[in-house]
Amino acid sequence: MLNSYRTGPDDRGHFGIHGGRFVAETLMPLILELEAAYTAAKADPAYQAEMDSYLAHYVGRPSPLYFAERLTEHLGGAKIYLKREELNHTGSHKVNNVLGQILLARRMGKTRIIAETGAGQHGVATATLCARFGLPCVVYMGAVDVERQAPNVFRMKLLGAEVVPVQSGSKTLKDAMNEALRDWVTNVSDTFYCIGTVAGPHPYPGMVRDFQSIIGRETRSQMMEMEGRLPDTLVAAVGGGSNAMGLFHEFLDEPSVEIFGVEAAGRGIETGEHAAAIIGGQPGVLHGNRTYLLMDGDGQIKEAHSISAGLDYPGIGPEHSWLNDVGRVKYIPCTDQEALDAFQLLTKLEGIIPALESAHAVAKAIELAPQRPKDQVMVVNLSGRGDKDVPQVAEILGTSL
Amino acid sequence: MSDPMTTRIAARFAALKAEGRPALVTFITAGDPDAETSLGILKTLPGAGADIIELGIPFTDPMADGPAIQAAGLRALKGGQTLAKTLAMVKMFRVEDDATPIVLMGYYNPIYVYGVDRFLADALAAGVDGLIIVDLPPEEDDELCLPALKAGIDFIRLATPTTDEHRLPVVLRNTAGFVYYVSITGITGSATPDADVVGKAVTRIKAHTPLPVAVGFGVKTPEQAKAIAAGADGVVVGSALVEAVRRTLDESGAATANTVPAVEALVEGLAAAVRSVRR
Repeated sequence: MLNSYRTGPDDRGHFGIHGGRFVAETLMPLILELEAAYTAAKADPAYQAEMDSYLAHYVGRPSPLYFAERLTEHLGGAKIYLKREELNHTGSHKVNNVLGQILLARRMGKTRIIAETGAGQHGVATATLCARFGLPCVVYMGAVDVERQAPNVFRMKLLGAEVVPVQSGSKTLKDAMNEALRDWVTNVSDTFYCIGTVAGPHPYPGMVRDFQSIIGRETRSQMMEMEGRLPDTLVAAVGGGSNAMGLFHEFLDEPSVEIFGVEAAGRGIETGEHAAAIIGGQPGVLHGNRTYLLMDGDGQIKEAHSISAGLDYPGIGPEHSWLNDVGRVKYIPCTDQEALDAFQLLTKLEGIIPALESAHAVAKAIELAPQRPKDQVMVVNLSGRGDKDVPQVAEILGTSL
Repeated sequence: MSDPMTTRIAARFAALKAEGRPALVTFITAGDPDAETSLGILKTLPGAGADIIELGIPFTDPMADGPAIQAAGLRALKGGQTLAKTLAMVKMFRVEDDATPIVLMGYYNPIYVYGVDRFLADALAAGVDGLIIVDLPPEEDDELCLPALKAGIDFIRLATPTTDEHRLPVVLRNTAGFVYYVSITGITGSATPDADVVGKAVTRIKAHTPLPVAVGFGVKTPEQAKAIAAGADGVVVGSALVEAVRRTLDESGAATANTVPAVEALVEGLAAAVRSVRR
């Protein structure tokens, strides 16, 4: 048994066998510089104070913890609370991380920001903070995602960002990340790469988790206030896994708290068309870290599939891979159809339209809550709002807008 | 660790030093556009004037490569290329040529999935002399670099414009065979390096190591190769060669009768330019 699940990564960026710094030499001095800058910033109360101020007045934190009364009644089991990250400025949890990184970039004197995005939530958050601080911003987005997330593409452009549709490979999130890395390796002196999830080379996975951990810290104090105790169950969707790490990290050393990460099972794990890296993959090395990946027997990366562009990634953050290996978090699959049903049910019962990403977590809460007694409490991370998904869902449901 | 006097890489650089000229290092992607054509290209390279051959291991997500080598890798994968087939290709090449050094270049994941120990044993048996693995910096030496050196395969490190004086010794520490200087900050086949700037960087590196220094990334024409080679122990050309492959393919992407001769002619031109450099 480990004494604590909250001590990672080690000084070489490892979570068990996962993590590390698998990058080209050109980038190595840059990530060492970033690590040093982040370590210094963490120890600087002025940095934290600046962040707290923007989190309160610009992002709108704390986000509410909301008792989903009608959903709970409908399911007849554990009480379901929703952590309302979708109410943040820009509509998702992504802004928590972007704020931390942009303030860090400013401290480091970087003058140009690049980012990758899948659903566009991280791209929108990055474009937003860049607008706020007057920084030029380039967002790499797979051409397929540009197509299916048109509202977010337009938002990013309104915010002044340049959106580059990536035509290489599968034209989705992994290819956007390749292209962002190629930009970074080319523009080393002035550019800061704002990674959107708890993946990539060390120090990104731990750093992004730190920025997102405010979700779990708030949840703990709000839960103590509302229920006078810890939650029994946590549920969050996992693509790269930043909203999930943000919620989970605070509770990893609370043995009474059962934790579920929900992977996108697409058309079903058995069909091979999914994005469930832990459930359907094996350890490999991509995008700067070792972690569970979807790949073939020759180590070639496979295309992921999910109804949700934000989960459509063949990997997962290395800390999740480790939490799986040590058995602290249970990773469970959710199909496109289950997510689509949950999307509609939550909308009808609570008047909250979840992002398709978050709908995966809602779907598993719908499955798990009835199996648990009514005196138990479950927290679901509602990581993003679904406005961006309305055109896509309308099309799937056969409605033309 | 391998005896530096017995390796093909050391022997080749020693011979070139005696001749008083730099090396032409040519890169092709293994299996591009198909295994047979690719082996045909590989076999013509030494005769066309390649002194050292870098053989690219195709990978779906080559994050340090530009569009030309990305496309070559995808063509090879579409043609069914695997790491096992790439090793078999080296073995077939070695039947006829036991002198030209072959360096496998690529990314770590295919090797990691193949299994490091199994890979090193098979690579050694096939006649591989060195490895350039783009996403394994010194910080990850335990993964493959140290096992490779122990097995007798050179681990050739990339030094870059961002590798400063402080970091250079870290980069050179477990490097063997030669040092590959990346002439630009960027991806393969992109910006054209400035020969003067590169020459100064090579001089700086050579102050830290007795190893030969070859320069690559962005070198496309015989003129550029000649200019870069004048200030280095070798010059690497890659994207231009895989582009020559692409230009000869038919509409369905298949090789034509021109594919092998086109690469051969390009290498001959590059070799003539590089061989005109005397020191």
